[in-house]
Amino acid sequence: MALASTLPKIVARDVDCFYGDKQALFCVNLDISEKQVTALIGPSGCGKSTFLRCLNRMNDVIDGCRVTGKLELDAEDIYGPDVDVVKLRARVGMVFQKPNPFPKSIYENVAYGPRIHGLVSNRGELDELVEWSLEKAGLLGEVKDRLQEPGTGLSGGQQQRLCIARAIAVSPEVILMDEPCSALDPIATAKIEELTDELRENFTNVIVTHNMQQAARVSQRTAFFHLGILVEEGETGKIFTNPGNERTQDYITGRFG
Amino acid sequence: MSEATLGQSRRTDVHTSDAAQRRLRRRYAAERRFQLYGLFAIGIALFALGWLLTSIVGRGYTAFTQSRVVLEVEFARDVLDPDATGDRQVLSGANYAALVKSSLREQFPDVSGRRERRALNALVSSGAAFQLREMVLADPSLVGTRRAVSVPLSDDSDMFFKGFIRRDVGESERKLNDAQVGWLDALQERGLVERVFNTTFLTSGDSREPELAGIWGAVVGTTLTLLVTLLLCFPIGVAAAVYLEEFAPTNRWTDLIEVNINNLAAVPSIVFGLLGLAVFLNFFGLPRSAPLVGGMVLALMTLPTVIIAGRAALKAVPPSIREAALGVGASPVQTVLQHVLPLALPGILTGTIIGMARALGESAPLLMIGMVAFIVDIPSGLTSPSTVLPVQVYLWADSPERAFVEKTSAAIMVLLAFLILMNLAAVLLRRKYEQKW
Ligand SMILES: Nc1ncnc2c1ncn2[C@@H]1O[C@H](COP(=O)(O)OP(=O)(O)OP(=O)(O)O)[C@@H](O)[C@H]1O
Ligand SMILES: [Mg+2]
Repeated sequence: MALASTLPKIVARDVDCFYGDKQALFCVNLDISEKQVTALIGPSGCGKSTFLRCLNRMNDVIDGCRVTGKLELDAEDIYGPDVDVVKLRARVGMVFQKPNPFPKSIYENVAYGPRIHGLVSNRGELDELVEWSLEKAGLLGEVKDRLQEPGTGLSGGQQQRLCIARAIAVSPEVILMDEPCSALDPIATAKIEELTDELRENFTNVIVTHNMQQAARVSQRTAFFHLGILVEEGETGKIFTNPGNERTQDYITGRFG
Repeated sequence: MSEATLGQSRRTDVHTSDAAQRRLRRRYAAERRFQLYGLFAIGIALFALGWLLTSIVGRGYTAFTQSRVVLEVEFARDVLDPDATGDRQVLSGANYAALVKSSLREQFPDVSGRRERRALNALVSSGAAFQLREMVLADPSLVGTRRAVSVPLSDDSDMFFKGFIRRDVGESERKLNDAQVGWLDALQERGLVERVFNTTFLTSGDSREPELAGIWGAVVGTTLTLLVTLLLCFPIGVAAAVYLEEFAPTNRWTDLIEVNINNLAAVPSIVFGLLGLAVFLNFFGLPRSAPLVGGMVLALMTLPTVIIAGRAALKAVPPSIREAALGVGASPVQTVLQHVLPLALPGILTGTIIGMARALGESAPLLMIGMVAFIVDIPSGLTSPSTVLPVQVYLWADSPERAFVEKTSAAIMVLLAFLILMNLAAVLLRRKYEQKW
């Protein structure tokens, strides 16, 4: 396949992660390809969120969290000493498990990122960018007439799409999504899945999910974690139809986890 | 026993049986009892507050009126300016007390003898002469004319008309002798005595004469002092709280600092006064009795409160907001300034106002730096000598004159009004920031 030959966007080699004395990731090796959706699956507590947060250094803010090994974004060390974390997070955006809009207006929520990164030069461009982001996140139709109302007043599903709009407004290269649909109903979930599929055109996407069907539907590649170990990784079709490892088999068929 | 309970719990009516009904009733009874305790507590608090307020207002409201007498004053040229120079210097140095005395003598021409005259003159405040002097200096053309002027009565006369000096006690036990009471009655009969709103009390500084003493000096002193306190403790306190809560690593040093701040909040205020005396006055040589130093001392005292409240407010901001901001690439400082701090501000303001209210009522540390001095002039700046409201209350409560009793209570009323205004400002500010999101 043509896609398989492109260079990986993110490379993880022998990544260990510790919370204090407790090791949460053991020697993870994973390539994340550009403009594809990679799904991270595995039972609760296996380290999916931890791995995701290693990718944009959100673990930095946790006291006592330590990451060793090699993590590269476009062949540049993510944990290098002279890496600008602010720039890194602008390139690698994140959507959290629980919707967390700022307690500001819908417009401000989306406009905040572009504004602090200086992506626009005037109000008109900003308006355009906000609309484009909301449109991409599939939210524009619902909030067009109330952009000045607080983002916290939206429903849970709308808030999550607002968070996605906020993330893509910064034009990141990679979007990390940590169980973006865990609090949503099937309709909102379907919208976000659709969106993930669309976003593939422009963004590299890593999504954590507990929903096997979702992983199968939206992702091109799937990685299965268990107890902090990356058990198996490969093309989604292959993982779900013909897994190479017994534990993967057991997990996706619902025998544990 | 345990088998019986087990057997019972397996029954289908565990939540509908009589025993269950009884349990439920007991629970409701306990709940009602608890609410009753709460109501009782609030009742006691309200009763105590009501008592305090009524006793203060009941004792102090009379201080807001003042007895004055309307005298026909002859601005005699030969007393004020015998050589008709029109010179301000001459006018300013003239014997205005003589004018007051002679118009009193006009009222009671048959009073003779030095002691009687002196007793008569004592009915009118020594402030009357100052008032006439002010009038003439403001308008020199008054010299040579005659007009009716309302001048303040002395504190004893005032007390007499307010009913605090009673005519039915023996002459030796009251401050006014029988003759003086007679003259006051006569003045009232002639319709010359008036009870007017006491502007002097609200506009002038302290005085040895109760009828001339006012609260304004202390109000200005308090305002200046608290302004210094606020300007120092709010920014420093917020900055310290933000640093400790958001940026400082958790290690032995920050633990030590935290313990120290918590201890400082409980240090008796007089210790801060001693510190101010030793450091600000003796070491840095800053002026005594100045609002600047008072404000600095009170800021030291208030700082721990602001820091502790600020940290609590920052802690209460959900971490998801920080993650959201960091996630879109905000720097740590942007995260704090643009997202965390605005959300914590209402809580910080509450803590600040609690600290400021405590500073407003504080007198002990200010005694140490000389703000207890008797100061007549209204303070004109941060370094001019001044006093503050609680110290003024203390000074007046300590004065022997009967007329200072009502002044003391009235000063407490002004202090409470100041407190209410401060709290009102805080509530408005808080509402403004809460509406922002
Ligand atoms: N802040 C933390 N401090 C200490 N240990 C942590 C912290 N966060 C996670 N862990 C531990 O690291 C391990 C991996 O956690 P992680 O959140 O990555 O799991 P997860 O796969 O995302 O689980 P879930 O599907 O339930 O979200 C868990 O054992 C967890 O207890
Ligand atoms: Mg997780």
